[in-house]
Amino acid sequence: MTCTDFLARMTDYFDGEVEPELLAEIKAHLCECHHCEVLVDTTRQTIRVYRDHQVYELTDEVRERTVTRIMSACTGKH
Amino acid sequence: MPVIEQTGTEEVHPDVALVEASRNGDTAAFEKLVRQYDRQIFRTAQHITQNREDAEDITQDVFMKAYNKLEQFQGNSKFSTWLTRIAVNESLMRLRKRKTSRTVSMDQDVQTDEGSIPRDFADWTPDPEQQYGTSELGDILQRTIAGLSPGFRTVFTLRDIENLSTEETAQALGLSVPAVKSRLLRARLQLRERLSRYMKRNDGRVKP
Repeated sequence: MTCTDFLARMTDYFDGEVEPELLAEIKAHLCECHHCEVLVDTTRQTIRVYRDHQVYELTDEVRERTVTRIMSACTGKH
Repeated sequence: MPVIEQTGTEEVHPDVALVEASRNGDTAAFEKLVRQYDRQIFRTAQHITQNREDAEDITQDVFMKAYNKLEQFQGNSKFSTWLTRIAVNESLMRLRKRKTSRTVSMDQDVQTDEGSIPRDFADWTPDPEQQYGTSELGDILQRTIAGLSPGFRTVFTLRDIENLSTEETAQALGLSVPAVKSRLLRARLQLRERLSRYMKRNDGRVKP
């Protein structure tokens, strides 16, 4: 397996959607290719750091104001 | 009134009952749905528009539109996916209004491979939370994702931040599953490459 082959399958590999035979080939490639090993590690870290640090959150105050406006508009219809 | 499709013996999502009750005028049921998904819709809108005021307005508009269109929800996708689709469309429309001279769509800039070919293979610091304070790290993450085109940051937001499945992301964006996978790969690679300049080890050590 080449690095380009691995890259084409990286999304499926992350999603656990590769057949056992291909998975074995990928694992063998990652053992011998430091660049792809780093790529996997740092891409996983990219996803983790964004999941762990929600950069945009509604404050409680804005949230209550928003819900109140939504519900006023909806109840006004009835 | 159309009845939400429930196929076979599949487990029925709890939202289905809340949607049915909302359709019958039970506003308390609709408020439950609002409180369940308002944060997710707000985050998605802000990631796409990169503007807090727009994201607040969009969050209101999404739920008001959803309430008015409850009859159109057929139940062949999750309610949250249906809401997300409305949010993505509203957010892209808002971006178009703001950038009147440019067309903004899910397809904008996604044809390019720029930044999608990995070049930086340095190991990262194992604990960026310790290297940067929470606030500084938040700034870095915001700045970095803002640099992606709307099409890429939308797919990354839905799939990796909001944890939608590939199929749900495809439904929310009106794309095929292979198109989502292709964009997700390039979004992840671009983001990784851009983050690498902040996260790589600067002590000269390589990972043991």
